[in-house]
Amino acid sequence: MKFAVIVFPGSNCDTDMFHAIQEGLGEEVEMVPHYETTLVGYDAVLLPGGFSYGDYLRSGSIASYSKIMKAVKDFASQGKPVLGVCNGFQVLLEAGLLPGAMKRNEELKFICQTTGLEVVNPETSFTSQYDQGEIIQVPVAHAEGNYECDDVTLEQLEKNNQVVFRYLDSINGSKNNIAGIVNETGNVLGMMPHPERAVDRLLGSTDGLRLFQSILANWREQHAVSS
Amino acid sequence: MVKVKVYITLKSGVLDPQGKAIEHALGAMEIHNVSGMRVGKYMEFYMEEKNPDQGQIEMMCEKLLSNPVIEDYSYETEEVVPS
Repeated sequence: MKFAVIVFPGSNCDTDMFHAIQEGLGEEVEMVPHYETTLVGYDAVLLPGGFSYGDYLRSGSIASYSKIMKAVKDFASQGKPVLGVCNGFQVLLEAGLLPGAMKRNEELKFICQTTGLEVVNPETSFTSQYDQGEIIQVPVAHAEGNYECDDVTLEQLEKNNQVVFRYLDSINGSKNNIAGIVNETGNVLGMMPHPERAVDRLLGSTDGLRLFQSILANWREQHAVSS
Repeated sequence: MVKVKVYITLKSGVLDPQGKAIEHALGAMEIHNVSGMRVGKYMEFYMEEKNPDQGQIEMMCEKLLSNPVIEDYSYETEEVVPS
């Protein structure tokens, strides 16, 4: 399986993401710069954390108009897996690939800590290796992770099981403690916590690795069926 | 040529932690008759036309300058003589 890590000016978790795939998962991975226009040949796309374009205007807003995002939208519309972590999640929101928006954290502080997450929906192609309701430990590092959406959207997210991860404690003011959501078709996941920083015992947790293993297992299953 | 002034504000239902913090700081300055502080953004730019396409300005505001999920925008235009 071949992964693409999209690199925007100001991305700073791209190397961690690359490492998680190459060393943690043991699969093929390449960096794809923001000015590229195609994602042909890749099986999954990863949008890393960081401060794309210096967080100018709004987090992720400038990056959402970069050239590669057209290709990311095409890729997503084909039902292929797209994962956005932290700033990557913000880019997916700004690009309209996921509903809602991010505000400054309630306490107006940058939060950098390992956080307990509940796996709310283990039936997605990103979470099939987790158990329903399982508590996992994954680091967060963000100043704008305060998830906001209107009441209708929130109701739909809950009703359709699109809330995938929830914070155990309200750390940033997010509605319904939302830490990660998928789109309606389930192939685009955005999450503020960093699974790529939890793929090795040396990093303090290996709970994030199963997210990438889920993507791989799902891809293998689909691949086996189609061939 | 016109100068366009765009005001971006948080939607009324959206809580504004920054505004709250500023109000708190005013309280620390012994100013207690201020309430409902909200933080927004102001942008200005020029457009070549004398009567620019309002639809284009609105499209720019909706697609990039503001995020309609949490923000409202308003704008005004003012004729200027290019120097």
